[in-house]
Amino acid sequence: MSDVEKRVRKIVVEHLGVEEEKVTESASFIDDLGADSLDTVELVMAFEEEFGIEIPDDAAETIQTFGDAVSFISQHSD
Amino acid sequence: MKTDIMAGKRGLIMGLANDKSIAWGIARALANAGAELAFSYQGEALMKRVGPLAADLGSDTVLPCDVGDEDSIDALFSALKDKWGTLDFVVHAIGFSDKSELRGRYVDTSRENFKTTMDISVYSFTAVAQRAAAMMPEGGSMLTLTYYGAERVMPHYNVMGVAKAALEASVRYLAEDLGKDAIRVNAISAGPIKTLAASGIGDFRYIMKWNEYNSPLRRNVTTDDVGNSALYLLSDLGAGVTGETHHVDAGYHIVGMKAVDAPDITKG
Repeated sequence: MSDVEKRVRKIVVEHLGVEEEKVTESASFIDDLGADSLDTVELVMAFEEEFGIEIPDDAAETIQTFGDAVSFISQHSD
Repeated sequence: MKTDIMAGKRGLIMGLANDKSIAWGIARALANAGAELAFSYQGEALMKRVGPLAADLGSDTVLPCDVGDEDSIDALFSALKDKWGTLDFVVHAIGFSDKSELRGRYVDTSRENFKTTMDISVYSFTAVAQRAAAMMPEGGSMLTLTYYGAERVMPHYNVMGVAKAALEASVRYLAEDLGKDAIRVNAISAGPIKTLAASGIGDFRYIMKWNEYNSPLRRNVTTDDVGNSALYLLSDLGAGVTGETHHVDAGYHIVGMKAVDAPDITKG
């Protein structure tokens, strides 16, 4: 498991209060992990803070699953 | 900051969303100073966030309110009247605009979003003031939140800047109307803070960097900074202050140009 993946998983588990096993690559924040529309914004803000990056709105809209988040952040952080 | 300056005072916090909210910094400062708090929220998603935060501050008074609906505001204040009878302060931390219009040009603002933005971000404070004043027989203090984009053009702030200008003007008119009843009305113009609401504003990270590099204090403000200043305005420390827009922005509003020592920053 990459470092990015670990840190993203930790944020998702803590923020959504879900079990770690449920946070799989294809797990959708809204459909599988019970996120509401504010959770998705809060998650993106938490990712930005953790990794010191900016996730623009149009990119944020494409981040639907745990895998989407890990791949976007891996590509945009050093 | 340990004080009991708000002991025995009761007030309503409107517009708390999560622990990044400016309303949270204000609520904490008030609760730490001994105030008893009630909270209003709009919609289920916010209810599940506000409930636990209110409980953290020892409050179990969490009531729904849609400030776009007169009946809903009446119901909120009627519930508060039943519970407390009177009220000492109100914090209004509410604004709304379609976020697609919080980027690009102001000139492209639609009539529909202009109306909604003015209704929710400006009129709601007046609507709340009407009801709250009726519950302040011994006087009280009301506070709303604004931003420098009301006074000067800020990128992407657009129709919200126009609304905040109207909100600041309404603070002055409310202060005059309610001053005879010893009710004070003020606004805090906070520097940019990364809240849930701010996530709707374009290039926000750039705006925060710019403020950090160019404000006299060379930093951004925190929700605690705003909370402590709010405590002054809402407590008897601010007894002689009304109609004021108080800047809690690390001094940014006095600056005329980029600081000579500020690094060049690029967008993105």
